[in-house]
Amino acid sequence: MFLDLRLRLDWSAAEKMGPLESHAQEEAPIMGALDLARWQFAITTVYHFLFVPLTLGTVWFVVGFQTAWFRTGNVKYLKLTKFFGKLFLINFAMGVVTGIVQEFQFGMNWSDYSRFVGDVFGAPLAMEGLLAFFLESTFLGLWIFGWDRLPKRVHLATIWAAAVGTLLSAFFILAANAWMQHPVGYEIDPETGRAVLNNIGAVLFQNTSLIAFFHTISASFLVAGAGVAAIGAWFLMKGRQVDVFRPAVKAGAWVILAAAVVVSVTGDMDAKIMVQQQPMKMAAAEALYDTSSSAPFSILSIGDVAGDQATALIEVPGLTSFMATGSFDGTVQGINDLQAQYTQTYGPGNYVPYVPVTYWGFRLMIGLGLIAALYALWALWRFRGDRAPQGRTFSVVSNFIVLGPLLAISAGWIFTEMGRQPWIVFGEQKTADAVSPLVTPVEVWISLIGFTLVYAVLAVVELRLLLKYIRAGAPEELSDTPFEDSENGSANRMHFAY
Amino acid sequence: MDLVTFWFILIAVLWIGYFILDGFDLGVGMLLPVIGTDDLRRRVMINTIGPVWDGNEVWLLVAGGATFAAFPLWYATMFSGFYLALFLVLIALILRGVAFEYRGKHDTARWRANWDRAIVVGSVLPALLFGVAFGNIVGGSRIAPLEGAANPADAGSFNYVGSFFDLLNPFSLVLGLMTLTVFATHGAIFLTLKTSGEVREASRTVALRIGLVAAVFAVAALLWSQAFSGRVAITLPLALIAAVLWLGALWLVLKGKDGWAFLLSSGTILVAVASLFIGLFPNVMPSSIDAAYNLTVYNASSQSYTLMVMTIVAAIMTPIVLVYQAWTYWVFRKRLSTSMIPPQPVLGRADDRFAQTTG
Repeated sequence: MFLDLRLRLDWSAAEKMGPLESHAQEEAPIMGALDLARWQFAITTVYHFLFVPLTLGTVWFVVGFQTAWFRTGNVKYLKLTKFFGKLFLINFAMGVVTGIVQEFQFGMNWSDYSRFVGDVFGAPLAMEGLLAFFLESTFLGLWIFGWDRLPKRVHLATIWAAAVGTLLSAFFILAANAWMQHPVGYEIDPETGRAVLNNIGAVLFQNTSLIAFFHTISASFLVAGAGVAAIGAWFLMKGRQVDVFRPAVKAGAWVILAAAVVVSVTGDMDAKIMVQQQPMKMAAAEALYDTSSSAPFSILSIGDVAGDQATALIEVPGLTSFMATGSFDGTVQGINDLQAQYTQTYGPGNYVPYVPVTYWGFRLMIGLGLIAALYALWALWRFRGDRAPQGRTFSVVSNFIVLGPLLAISAGWIFTEMGRQPWIVFGEQKTADAVSPLVTPVEVWISLIGFTLVYAVLAVVELRLLLKYIRAGAPEELSDTPFEDSENGSANRMHFAY
Repeated sequence: MDLVTFWFILIAVLWIGYFILDGFDLGVGMLLPVIGTDDLRRRVMINTIGPVWDGNEVWLLVAGGATFAAFPLWYATMFSGFYLALFLVLIALILRGVAFEYRGKHDTARWRANWDRAIVVGSVLPALLFGVAFGNIVGGSRIAPLEGAANPADAGSFNYVGSFFDLLNPFSLVLGLMTLTVFATHGAIFLTLKTSGEVREASRTVALRIGLVAAVFAVAALLWSQAFSGRVAITLPLALIAAVLWLGALWLVLKGKDGWAFLLSSGTILVAVASLFIGLFPNVMPSSIDAAYNLTVYNASSQSYTLMVMTIVAAIMTPIVLVYQAWTYWVFRKRLSTSMIPPQPVLGRADDRFAQTTG
């Protein structure tokens, strides 16, 4: 079994991991605990992060629709609240349960990382629990079951509180991640060799963290906006509940557009600080091997970007320089120079991330994001004024547009994390030194297979459930049992029950 | 009191809060096939914990996060050491969490039966394994410095060197059976408090029956734990108090005083878990190989700046969290009965492809 799995994973393990693999090879000839632990983290985290951006964005659509209903009393907004609320909850459940794994797997597979960074990294994680998880889970419970138990205004407040909780959660976990990209506010204890926090403000509010926060949140809105618009478009094509779903398409499209602007601006800021903080990542994003001024941005390339030279097919002159420095003839350091420089600073070793992943991850992220923005423009043009055209092309495109931003945000994170390699904490700890020293490959295999199987089954279940609830449409008639009635005792039956 | 002691107490409080709160909803989950003899009854049971189970589970996540922040070496050694046990807990909690949300979202018998199974397994496993894990903390586990460590005296090199099966020692298993049966009883008592009619009657009988079994395991585990306690003068009386509280809880169940019974069973959990932590201090993970390898609040903790920052955050946030969680329980204070459960929402049309493929 061992060899068999080894074979199947071979292309990805040995090649995608690239340079890092060579470190691992020295210690473990066959897929060792390190590679397995990396695969496990990649699978569980990428999977978790499919639900997170959807949740982060969708909850605000629910907030928006319910607030609109509260203010206008227009029942179509209540229908949209209930409809998207259900989808949100189906999705949120997956985000929550896969998130539990995230809280503990640092200790399970990355215990030497946990030991090294716990003094710093543990703080934002604990804060996330205290400030965000309690808020989200408690108020969402109130929202789900509170329709007939709480006055309208208070019930509306519960979804606002839960939504704020999701933002806080994102903030703290992104601050923790930003510290791995660009460690600040700490010193290394000379006695133990472990990181020690000395400035929590620097960790939480450094530019790396704030930019990542706005970049990720806006990208999440883009993902959710695409979802909402696509679902609305499907109903319009079918001619079902057009009055309800037309506002959803427009709301979705506007959100995509606004989010795309923020994503681009923060992405640009992110690129510029990346050049200062992790120049190797930027060079790897462009597969730029030699330092150059007025470095071009290749949109597509052929040949092997992992070699020491890539052949660009279509390129925009100076664009990489512009992204990195703000000037079309700015100098961008190349991989080869940086490798030499890092060897001098950190000792011998391979400091080059696996370029095909960073190169294509970077392009997927930007490209798919741009396509979504164009789609939003198209949607807004089609539905301008009171128009509600029912063309099929638009709906078919909509069905696919929902996947683009989700893929883009995933690609972005894979790029960010793979581009930091071989470091787990940039400049301080290598991934190879972070893994749990005594956890055996067999143990990691068991959990890797276990999580993957359960996640795969749940993915199928979740997707089918989502499709079922989308097809069912918004509720036609609302069993309106306002708070005031149920207090009189006549309405004894629960408004909603599991 | 120094900061590390304060954080040791705070983490104990988080675990106590977790065991009292998630304890009853794990109990309700595992009793699903026992008390919930038909679907309507099962739905009554699930809905008593519906609005609160997720908030309860966060106590576990925060306990984990707080351990990471305050005692990183404890966090690292425990979760890498108890690897497979934790893996099982995580799988259980994943299935259980999804089950609550998804069970009612589709209307076929098979669908519901599958999720019911997920809820039962997802409740039994954590209830048992948390006890086993605590047994290995309290009773000590095979901890030693890493071979070839640069500085073997530094706690940073301490790792769990035993195997998964070393964790399944007799003391830990008894402690596991204690948490399993205590949570089941605690859950049944919660049901007597939160339901009326047939479910309430059934829960009362179950609470008494399992409660007596739990009493045996609890007395055995708590007496045995004195062998590892650093402060028998305190922990032995506490163990006795826990036993008295427990019998009091069962007596009150018999008398139909549900609220008081629940208070006393919560009190039992508080006192019992507190006694374990008091007996453990200042260790957090004692080594069964050599006391020199004990992880303690002193050698496993973060430094004072981090502890200070986290103390401020905890001091502000904990009361706020307690207030709004308490409010939730107030909002959903009404007893549930089978007549209050609305019919399962049947969705979709006759040609619903989902129903055909899954049902």
